Amino acid sequence: MPKDSGIGASSKRREDVRFLTGAGNYTDDINIYGQTYVHFLRADVAHATINAIDTSAAAAMPGVLQVFTGADFEPVGGIPCGWQVTDRHGEPMQEPKHPVIAHGKIRHVGEIVAAVVAESLAEARDAAEEIELNLTELSAVVDMKDAAAGGTKVHDDLTSNVCYDWGFVEENKGAVDEAIKNAAHVTTLELVNNRLVANPMEPRVAVGEYSRADDMHTLHTTSQNPHVIRLLMGAFVLSIPEHKLRVVAPDVGGGFGTKIFHYAEEAFCTFAAKAVNRPVKWTSTRSEAFMSDAHGRDHVTKIELALDADNNFTALRTETYANMGAYLSTFASSVPTWLHGTLMAGNYKTPNIYVNVKAVFTNTVPVDAYRGAGRPEATFQIERVIDMAARELGVDPIALRRQNFVTEFPYATPVAVEYDIGDYEATMAKLEEIADIGGFAARRAESEARGKMRGLGVNCYIEACGIAPSNLVGQLGARAGLYDAATVRVNATGSISVMVGAHSHGQGHETSFPQVISEMIGIPEDQIDIVHGDTSKIPFGMGTYGSRSLAVCGSAMVRAAEKVIDKAKKIAAHLLEASDADIELKDGQFSVAGTDKSVAWGDVTLAAYVPHNYPLEDIEPGLEETAFYDPANFTYPAGAYACEVEVDPETGKVTIERFAAADDFGNVINPMIVSGQVHGGIAQGIGQALMENCSYDENGQLISGSYMDYTMPRADDLPFYDVDHSCQTPCTHNPLGVKGCGEAGAIGSPPSVVNAVIDALQSGGKDVTHIDMPLTPTRVWDAMNNA
Amino acid sequence: MYAFEIERPSTIADAVAALQAEDAQALSGGQTLIPTLKARLAMPSALISLSGIGEMQGLCMSDDGALCIGGGTTHATVASEAAAHYPALAAMASHIGDPAVRNRGTIGGSLANNDPSACYPAGALGSGATIITNAREIAADDFFDGMFTTVLDEGELITEVRLPIPQAANYQKFVQPASRFALVGVFVAKYADGVRVAVTGASEEGVFRWSEAEAALSADFSASALDGLSVPADGMIADLHGSAAYRAHLVGVMTGRAVAAAS
Repeated sequence: MPKDSGIGASSKRREDVRFLTGAGNYTDDINIYGQTYVHFLRADVAHATINAIDTSAAAAMPGVLQVFTGADFEPVGGIPCGWQVTDRHGEPMQEPKHPVIAHGKIRHVGEIVAAVVAESLAEARDAAEEIELNLTELSAVVDMKDAAAGGTKVHDDLTSNVCYDWGFVEENKGAVDEAIKNAAHVTTLELVNNRLVANPMEPRVAVGEYSRADDMHTLHTTSQNPHVIRLLMGAFVLSIPEHKLRVVAPDVGGGFGTKIFHYAEEAFCTFAAKAVNRPVKWTSTRSEAFMSDAHGRDHVTKIELALDADNNFTALRTETYANMGAYLSTFASSVPTWLHGTLMAGNYKTPNIYVNVKAVFTNTVPVDAYRGAGRPEATFQIERVIDMAARELGVDPIALRRQNFVTEFPYATPVAVEYDIGDYEATMAKLEEIADIGGFAARRAESEARGKMRGLGVNCYIEACGIAPSNLVGQLGARAGLYDAATVRVNATGSISVMVGAHSHGQGHETSFPQVISEMIGIPEDQIDIVHGDTSKIPFGMGTYGSRSLAVCGSAMVRAAEKVIDKAKKIAAHLLEASDADIELKDGQFSVAGTDKSVAWGDVTLAAYVPHNYPLEDIEPGLEETAFYDPANFTYPAGAYACEVEVDPETGKVTIERFAAADDFGNVINPMIVSGQVHGGIAQGIGQALMENCSYDENGQLISGSYMDYTMPRADDLPFYDVDHSCQTPCTHNPLGVKGCGEAGAIGSPPSVVNAVIDALQSGGKDVTHIDMPLTPTRVWDAMNNA
Repeated sequence: MYAFEIERPSTIADAVAALQAEDAQALSGGQTLIPTLKARLAMPSALISLSGIGEMQGLCMSDDGALCIGGGTTHATVASEAAAHYPALAAMASHIGDPAVRNRGTIGGSLANNDPSACYPAGALGSGATIITNAREIAADDFFDGMFTTVLDEGELITEVRLPIPQAANYQKFVQPASRFALVGVFVAKYADGVRVAVTGASEEGVFRWSEAEAALSADFSASALDGLSVPADGMIADLHGSAAYRAHLVGVMTGRAVAAAS
């Protein structure tokens, strides 16, 4: 029988009460007495020299407090990049300065050129129209291969547009080349992983505050990781020490990675609040979001898969161009390298792998992590090339995968990571069951009778989550530790507040984290709250991304709770006049083993705060403990996905008829929340595969800059999903045995969608072997009619 | 948006008078105008709201059997109240935008804007409608004058649209995936004196009649009558969502589907 509380229960999401009744407190809901508003004048050309900016007329407009340009930010630092990648030749990546406001040069459409702070937003906008820009427009470089080849340079002070040329593992290159030369069969595929815009429902917002009384800065911002913002902005941009800078990220309406990063608008509002001595607020419009939120993906790859005569994979070689945009966003450099190259083994025991990535600057918005971040790009390449190989060899694509599965764990891949545990056969078998793959032929016949082509696509995926062991990522160039922290504060009457470094912006932490504590102590979930999103309230925290919250911060919470329980047992032992070692905690009662003597959780916690009968000579009063947890390894969620599509031969329109996902997330705390995470991820994966496409013209103008042209998936584009997470190989190295589930759907779904469309077209006699995402009707129709 | 005055007259005459002011702009459902103002792409001195003009609201049947729709009637009202009289038109109205758009947007506003991807221009042209303004009556064939352009004069208001009821009709829309406007929409209507085929979304010139298809369908109102017919790709819109050739192809497909659904 399903549990009704604690670990494994589908407890209802308590945060939804406020979200669904309009009682959430988002950053834009924060309005401070005396608040002013900033309007950013953004570049409408992609590349230009700024000869002069005349702000005198703007400054004289009604309501204007101050007009800022790049010159005002010369004394402060640039927006930092958090990861230094070392190239194939041992050289550090090229790292251009990333100014808060463009200074000297404009490098992408949407870059901030000037900022007006005024009493009202309308006055700020009016004044911004009076700013006179004297620009010399330059030719823009948009295509990555053009950028890498030379010509127009995005940054004059760099030697080229190539940020780094990364080889992984460089020492393996010779062996890989040799294996490919000697292969019985090599399948080669060139593909695009399309540029995406994350489009969280809540656009970014920043409110800066400054108190002259105590020289205290406060930034309210839409962030997934307030401590990271405090660190980056305080230490690298504005030189504000931590104790004088508070960063608050209240309710956040979706992040998907794009709210990890430290953005210029945050630094601006913090800086300007002190300059004008008034709070300064910015709320992004949707149009601004399209041209200032970091974009995702945007890789162009050539992949070669070598097989022996028995169809065993013998080698994999890739060459990828990864778009960085005009500047390095916070984690941009790590996405195509350490979050991508390390996953190129996939679920398979390919012995020789070499990954080459050329990261390139272009006159476009910076590109950084988006749900999955590097792992979707890896999965898409591997799972598309395997499908193509199966087709070329005339073998069943599922059988080809099975034959090459990693089956023994731990498994050290040729790309530097060690999978601790998994069972890929189990998830594939579960997929075959829930997707009813055996019934596909009948469904295809039914579709064909209606004049439609039907296809089935399958893929596996693996991801590295629970980011990350600090000593390892430090060696790889990370400029931060990737542990997390939690404080378990037990109140006198036994209720608990847990201050966590993870940030919930849709993941349901406020529900699932208390389930863990409830299970450990045996008190009701509603006696436990979590506190997050405010650097003044939580001990420390690296935030939420990379499906890390439960695996890393949840582990810290468990460690802190264990310390609390240890201390509470000592207090209970005193109250029960027994030895610590004999005390057991179950269902909220401390008892002495083998006796009927017991004391309730609440009596022990009361004793801790009212220590009249208390071992004060041995232990301190109070009951509050903090733990930091640094993971020993990544976690490796994995699974198998299946998609069935119909293609209309007259129009090229693809409809998703069925979608099934069999995931192994290790232990599951709240199955309902996990299913919801998978549903959302698949929606974004289907969006990438069929609809979403961030597109620039050759002049660097964003031509999909609104929802009139950027296609978001909608409910009626999506099928009902068959999702299953009953295959569970618990993580071997964290206390909860959990792996993370937030990104799986977005990582695992695009290849199966594309594989299914190719299968459908081939079944209809069309000689189409690949179509680049998104598979819009016009692209599918073009492919069919050129085949 | 920039600051503006707003007036809400209750008669057509008052509205027409108010529109005489320099840079005054009529506001009907505002589904295009309000976003334009928010983007600061227009700076009217005054908005003259038409929503309070009772004589521009609602539907009725004329003595000669045409459906008369007040220029200020919303898509939602047409969707529900025209269903008994002109089901193809009501079905078309019921698929414009989303419920919020349908409850604000009006037939007069849509026709006056003549967005090249809007549905109503195809409905009006395909029905051989008469566009009635405060000053004159204009045949739909004479009304549309290229993308976002009509023969309306400055300050002239669409007060009513009269649509003869066909023997059979259907509208097929292949949506642009992002905006869900028509990538190609085809309205086919069969009248005693012939078939009309109006195409929206496809042409750089805006809505147009496909005369070859009309002739073929007037002789034989079946999808197979279209075999071998195609519109040239020249002059078709080409963008992210469809090449010119693709749009030209879809005109044929959607016309065939409309005929099949209508007959």
